[in-house]
Amino acid sequence: MARARILATVVGLLALVTACAPPGAPGSGAGGQASGPIKAGILAPLTGVSAASGQDMVNGWNLYWKLNGATVAGRPVQTLVEDDAGEPNTALTKARQFVEQQQVDFIVGPLLANVGLAVADYLKTVGTPGFYPIVSADDLTQRGRVENVVRIAGWTSSQIHHPLGEWAYEQGYRRVLTICTDYAFGHEVCGGFVRTFTAKGGQVVNQLWNPLNTPDFSSYLAQVRGSGADVVFSSQVGADSVRFVKQWAEFGLKDSMPLLGGEVLLDQSLLRSMGPEAEGLISAGHWAEGRPARETQDFADAYLREYNQLPSYYAAAMYSAALWLARAIERAGGNTADRKALLDAVRRTEVSTPLGNMKLDDYGNPIQNVYVRRVERRADGRLVNVPIHTYEGVSQFWTFGADKFLKQPVYSREFQGTPEQLRALGLEP
Amino acid sequence: MRVAAFARSTPLPWQLALLGCGVLVAVALPYLTSSFYVSVATQILFFGLLAMSIDLLGGYTGHMPLGHAGLLGVSAYTMGYLVSRLHWGWLQAAGAALALTVLVSVLFGFLAVRTRGIFFVMITMAEGMLVWGLAYRWASVTGAENGIRGIARPEFATLYWQYYYFALAVFAVCALLLWLLVRSPFGLTLQGIRESESRMRTLGYNVTLHKLLAFTISGLFAGVAGLLYAWYNQYISPSAINIGASTEGILMVVLGGAGTLLGPVLGAAVIVAVKNLLSMYVARWPTVLGLIFIVVVLFAKDGILGIARRGWARWRQNRAVRAPTVGARPVPATDEERAATGG
Repeated sequence: MARARILATVVGLLALVTACAPPGAPGSGAGGQASGPIKAGILAPLTGVSAASGQDMVNGWNLYWKLNGATVAGRPVQTLVEDDAGEPNTALTKARQFVEQQQVDFIVGPLLANVGLAVADYLKTVGTPGFYPIVSADDLTQRGRVENVVRIAGWTSSQIHHPLGEWAYEQGYRRVLTICTDYAFGHEVCGGFVRTFTAKGGQVVNQLWNPLNTPDFSSYLAQVRGSGADVVFSSQVGADSVRFVKQWAEFGLKDSMPLLGGEVLLDQSLLRSMGPEAEGLISAGHWAEGRPARETQDFADAYLREYNQLPSYYAAAMYSAALWLARAIERAGGNTADRKALLDAVRRTEVSTPLGNMKLDDYGNPIQNVYVRRVERRADGRLVNVPIHTYEGVSQFWTFGADKFLKQPVYSREFQGTPEQLRALGLEP
Repeated sequence: MRVAAFARSTPLPWQLALLGCGVLVAVALPYLTSSFYVSVATQILFFGLLAMSIDLLGGYTGHMPLGHAGLLGVSAYTMGYLVSRLHWGWLQAAGAALALTVLVSVLFGFLAVRTRGIFFVMITMAEGMLVWGLAYRWASVTGAENGIRGIARPEFATLYWQYYYFALAVFAVCALLLWLLVRSPFGLTLQGIRESESRMRTLGYNVTLHKLLAFTISGLFAGVAGLLYAWYNQYISPSAINIGASTEGILMVVLGGAGTLLGPVLGAAVIVAVKNLLSMYVARWPTVLGLIFIVVVLFAKDGILGIARRGWARWRQNRAVRAPTVGARPVPATDEERAATGG
């Protein structure tokens, strides 16, 4: 009988519970306040292989508020930092904590493309604004846009390298060999270069794809001399960049073959661990710490004083994002609870940042300067990227226009935007 | 949810009360707490299901697979691709995904069940890596490391609490099926294989076939977990199905108590809680997780459930001593005794 009684009790209680009002009433996942502190959730990898760059991100963000005071439109700005470990699932967990537990007004970060894409899809479901100064996966502001995720002070992988392809052609180079990392970021960076270089009439003699974490580039570098190329384009990331540049010099290629780099082959974060082998190398970037403009130098000096190193693009972009948000929140009268108004204000704000002048296009990606940079040694012995040519007002669609550009698929190992590949898809080169 | 671990030591009303409490808490959860904790609970459900599927092979059959995240991946990726790229309905996509997972499980099982011990671990690890490699390299289908985005949930389960109830229902059905399975003659045969393959063979059982069936069924449930996983995040990427994910599944089983069904769910709950909740307060939470593993492996090889079971037995014995009229049944204390009594 005891059994029946317990059973009846359980069933009765269940019925009682489910008879109540459905859950999910207001309060769950709301976030965004009209008064009190503005809560910014910063997602960055603070452990794992990207930890150093993640720390740069946090440093850049913090420096802005330290120099300019952490108050916007009369409201204090509260920064919450979480470690996403460079891993999409961890990042999703942290994003949920930010939005549903901490009720942040917006999320700024993360670093890696796959992490950014995963978090963007989550943000889409809850509506919390996401600001992505670092994540450069093309489709995030192209074919797979999320309305409430915009790339303030950010970039697309191919955006920066479209101008470099034309620049290379104008320098008289005609046959390129590319050596890029074999994953989406490498495909997109390389595609940006190849698309415009071949559109001008340049040829691709070969494309080599090395896996992430290549300890030894000799099998790739051995193919350079006999390839018939008159220029090599390479995009590497992290420790791969340091190894590539070192081995490039060790192979004696530095004096015999021109090398053009993707932005992160020679970012300041890597120049710190490079030596004479990097001097004189040329790359494209939306960040050039050696740019003489006042905004850039003031920021670089302040960063050097604070952290005893020059700022990488991770730091510069996060600093610029903070500046951008401060202006936009002021414009919105400090009301971050109205997400649509906040996003509108962000979209309408034009800023002069250490990266240069920036404004968002209709797709949520900045129209900005792209610098062709050469690595030079400063008077204090530090290596810096100095602009030798500036393309102003570069759009993520280069000069193709959004409609035409979006007809082509996203750059991949199979599609690098050569005239033949475009024609095969029925598109005009 | 199985409370069978208590079955031998616990009178039926107690089991029912425990089960009732569990169900009650599970059903009432969205009313009691915020959306964040409900999504943590949802994670416990599908990771628990994955851990149970691993335990069916590892704990019950004695062959620990190190590639089950790969099987989870087959179903998650298939469903994700069909839903987000080909715009199939959720039911058709889920059906197709599970069918493919079963197919792949049969294939993988066919290769793996001829081996045992460390070789079984190695082969299943290679199989898991195979799926991971495919997800990582087959960019046109899987989106490479950027993964598949925008995997729409079933239309009736889009909100967090709707999805929680959906996951809870699926979990309950799967747990019931697994519970029936491990108590069936087939399940007892699997446990016989765990204790002694040669003896089972001598008794006339087709050991290889049983292992293949166990592998396939286990793969099917890992596939169901994969569906719930992909819908939950509405996103699937290679990092979700790498060897780290497979290892974590095994850790859930070991932590909670291998050879039970409740144990893996408890293990999943602890790991998910540490990752999601403790990480809010402790930056070095992976260290805490590591310490928990060390303590459990050193001091309680039968996991959290083992600790609970022994604690329960001691409490009942003490009570029995004080009040000998309460008819406590004898408690098999060790693995050997339990094996001898067939459970």
